[in-house]
Amino acid sequence: MIQLRSVRKTFGPKVVLDDLNLDVKKGESLVVIGGSGTGKSVMLKCILGLLRPNGGSIKVDGEEVTNLKGKDRDRVMQRFGMLFQGSALFDSLKVWENVAFGLIQGRKMQRPQAREIAIEKLAQVGLAESSGDLFPAELSGGMQKRVALARAIATSPEIIFFDEPTTGLDPIMADVINDLIVECVKKLGATTLSITHDMASARKIADRIAMLHKGKMIWVGSAKDIDHSDNPYVDQFIHGRAQGPISMELRA
Amino acid sequence: MIELLSTIGMVVLLFLIHVGKLAEFTALAVSHVVRPPFFPRLIAKSMLEIGYFSLPVVGLTAIFSGMVVALQSYTGFARFSAEGAVATVVVLTLTRELGPVLAGLMVAGRVGASMAAEIGTMRVTEQIDALTTLSTNPYKYLVTPRLLAGLLTMPLLVLIADIIGVFGGYIVAIYRLGFNPANYLSRTWEYLQTNDVVSGLTKAAVFGFIISLMGCYHGYYSKGGAQGVGQATTNAVVSAAIMILVFNYVITTLFFGK
Ligand SMILES: Nc1ncnc2c1ncn2[C@@H]1O[C@H](COP(=O)(O)OP(=O)(O)OP(=O)(O)O)[C@@H](O)[C@H]1O
Ligand SMILES: [Mg+2]
Repeated sequence: MIQLRSVRKTFGPKVVLDDLNLDVKKGESLVVIGGSGTGKSVMLKCILGLLRPNGGSIKVDGEEVTNLKGKDRDRVMQRFGMLFQGSALFDSLKVWENVAFGLIQGRKMQRPQAREIAIEKLAQVGLAESSGDLFPAELSGGMQKRVALARAIATSPEIIFFDEPTTGLDPIMADVINDLIVECVKKLGATTLSITHDMASARKIADRIAMLHKGKMIWVGSAKDIDHSDNPYVDQFIHGRAQGPISMELRA
Repeated sequence: MIELLSTIGMVVLLFLIHVGKLAEFTALAVSHVVRPPFFPRLIAKSMLEIGYFSLPVVGLTAIFSGMVVALQSYTGFARFSAEGAVATVVVLTLTRELGPVLAGLMVAGRVGASMAAEIGTMRVTEQIDALTTLSTNPYKYLVTPRLLAGLLTMPLLVLIADIIGVFGGYIVAIYRLGFNPANYLSRTWEYLQTNDVVSGLTKAAVFGFIISLMGCYHGYYSKGGAQGVGQATTNAVVSAAIMILVFNYVITTLFFGK
């Protein structure tokens, strides 16, 4: 469904993505893991067209999206939902208006009806109706994350990106969110691409796991194979060891 | 020598890139004026911000300007016994120059800065990216309503400022300089032409557009956290102020130049 081929992205002299290849199949849940600053968020933004890659091809259902403009871009965007790492809630709008934004602006829904759906989505992420009338600045970090999650799934998009959905949440709430993501895939048939550092979450939501390191996917495989990948980088990462091939390269 | 030339070349190049970027930004934002969907709520909100909430500061500026022009022209013109011209001088300076320019500068400081800060914060916290992913064009949603509001509201604001300014001059003339009220008022109208007011309101519309444009442009392209937003705010105010002064001259030439 999503196909990345030789995608390259640099910021000045700094090469972030270098010849990156990745396939996300329809209806699967793919989790991308990788060290901090390896370019996971940048990869998502390239697919969404928020950043323009320096080279390579990104296809969504066979359609090249790197050069889309105007109406065509809007049409493709309609199919995506995105949870930003930093939540990116609109601070001038109330919580429920944030969640309903895609419904009102993108789908042209009437406000009362959109509000109802927003409240329902808020309930799914464990937020009471009363919090809908607050402003994002009045919420805790974890609550903001959950509102952002509700906003990402509010329009029931076909393809959803979750950038660190459980970071900053308590373990119980994190598991509620994991279940919610699994439900998105199983019940709504969505295709999801998630980024996480939380291996418990990765194991729970992933059909397949890919590891990004130095601008390339160094390992892609089924989630149950992650413990015997025979890849020293993956082993070090999932066990969180300070010693290993990754740290040695950091020092070099 | 070659170094000097290359430095000059670089500066010119950077300037041209900036102008090109600004032109593209403006064209894109303006093109959305006629393309639906429209956002009447957002336009109204910006109009309120630019017009209504600027009234106190612009009104104060206008009234004191009117007062000082009356006082200055009276004492100055007394040297060649032309005190009678005070009323005309007050109304002409205000409608043609001081009304639009001072209101423009005040609003640039107040509204241009807040636009740049707001949009800049949205940029660095990825809210603008979020807009795009929620199928909303950020130009259409953020920039176009502000440009329209600036263009439409400033003339109204300046018209009110003109009236308040003339009133300020009137107060000084009557209560301090001992003019006859009826006489002063008829003098105010006597030499005032439509063009004086129209040129001032045209300036106001252009300045309103410039203020919103600079606020949005610098906010939209701000980067790098709080410091970047601060920089964007400064740039928005300074560039708007300079452009207001330049365009003030250009428009004056167009209306009254020989
Ligand atoms: N707009 C930008 N301008 C310049 N450099 C950037 C920009 N965005 C990201 N980078 C750089 O790209 C690299 C990858 O950033 P990215 O945010 O994708 O990391 P990440 O893998 O998501 O890390 P984390 O797990 O900490 O979120 C970083 O080194 C960062 O410095
Ligand atoms: Mg990231």
